[in-house]
Amino acid sequence: MSENGLRFTKTHEWVKVEGDVATLGLTDYAQHELGDIVFVELPEIGREIAAGDVLTSVESVKSVSEVYTPVSGEVVESNAALEEDPSVVNSDPLGAGWIARIRMKDPGELSELMDAQAYEEHKKG
Amino acid sequence: MTAEAGTARKTALYERHVAAGAKIVDFAGFAMPIQYRGIMAEHRRVRETAGVFDVSHMGEFYLSGPDALATIQRVTTNNASSLDVGRVQYSAMCYEHGGFIDDLLVYRLEDRYMLVVNAANTEKDRRWVEEHLVGETVFEDATDETSLIAVQGPKAEAVLLRIAGPALADMAYYRSDSLEIAGRTALVSRTGYTGEDGFEIYCRPDDAAALWDAVFEAGSGFDVEPVGLGCRDTLRLEMGYALYGNDIDDRRTPVESGLMWITKLSKDGFIGKEAIVERKAKGVDARLVGFVLDGRGVPRHGNAIFSGDEEAGVVTSGTFSPSLERGIGMGYVASGVDGEIAVGVRPNMKVPATIVGLPFYKRGSVRR
Repeated sequence: MSENGLRFTKTHEWVKVEGDVATLGLTDYAQHELGDIVFVELPEIGREIAAGDVLTSVESVKSVSEVYTPVSGEVVESNAALEEDPSVVNSDPLGAGWIARIRMKDPGELSELMDAQAYEEHKKG
Repeated sequence: MTAEAGTARKTALYERHVAAGAKIVDFAGFAMPIQYRGIMAEHRRVRETAGVFDVSHMGEFYLSGPDALATIQRVTTNNASSLDVGRVQYSAMCYEHGGFIDDLLVYRLEDRYMLVVNAANTEKDRRWVEEHLVGETVFEDATDETSLIAVQGPKAEAVLLRIAGPALADMAYYRSDSLEIAGRTALVSRTGYTGEDGFEIYCRPDDAAALWDAVFEAGSGFDVEPVGLGCRDTLRLEMGYALYGNDIDDRRTPVESGLMWITKLSKDGFIGKEAIVERKAKGVDARLVGFVLDGRGVPRHGNAIFSGDEEAGVVTSGTFSPSLERGIGMGYVASGVDGEIAVGVRPNMKVPATIVGLPFYKRGSVRR
């Protein structure tokens, strides 16, 4: 899956928007920095979150990393497949490695995010 | 994160690692490969066939002259007097107060002894040994003139036989010999830090790249790949091998660290002996143990260990074990604590764990 149509955060999450639902995951850059991922804590369905909150954490062999949500709303789905096989976040971070879906309270928050080109610049910086 | 290769020192094999796509990090002042394909894949490679490590950052000292053995006997805990030429011995150096300076290998070579020390301690160890030379001992720091390649895995012998000659097969565990490999002279020992069969190849830096290439050429058809310091840590931890700086340091003695087996109290006059004898007589407050997590999570250095509701110790090494597929670790627990414990993997999260005997991984191909 290409990075077109996705929006990106400074903390290396990607967001795909369909209607009022945002799907979120870690970028290829993030999974590469983390190394082999061994556990993904999945956020609770129904949980209310605010933009900037820690949504969950991802554990690699070498360290733990927090996953932040750039949007406020309610967690409506989480990727149960990651319980069995967290390595999907490494092998397909933008596709099958999605982490959670959030029903957004304020889609205006998306304007804070970067497009693919801006994210490329951010990674270099 | 990437190292600033401009400030960190490079081994003779640095360009090989970059060309292979390694993730390079600063380790003990050296730009070293932490992983190439990934820690889990590389770990499995070493357990299944063979992996090749560049560990040239480690320190090597030569001791020669009539009192070389006397110096080694003074500064190390193990007894080196019974070593014949070609024998290698795991040992340690301690301060007067019994705390560890380093753990190391002692090689008896044809005309001298060689000490192989941890990269992070090379400077400290050199000063210590130089300050404690006995009589007419000649000391030489050969670190900068020595590269070190470790080939580890059940296929290591088969691979190296192609280039090192048939004598390699007769080399017993913890023995060394000078061999010709790909037309270069190297010191080879059947040693390692992984729990698999394997060899460590000491050579001149000018020969390192040629030897590295020769190993991979010999390895074609055997599924051999370069492997980094990341899997070196997971492999050694699965074996319960101590890592200086984590499991042992100057605040721990051999008594509580389970290293009395390399501490020969029958040997007279080694530095730290009195303190160690006293500690053994008094009994220790804590002991180094291995444990496996019984829930989801990975123990990390510094995590608290609990026995019931009481804080009872600290994790010194932790990781996710690729072989056991669960968190494993080593740490110090209060004397008397055994069986079920809990590990504080996050400030508000305790995961149940069980103290187990070492090694965690019991199917390694290491020779005994």
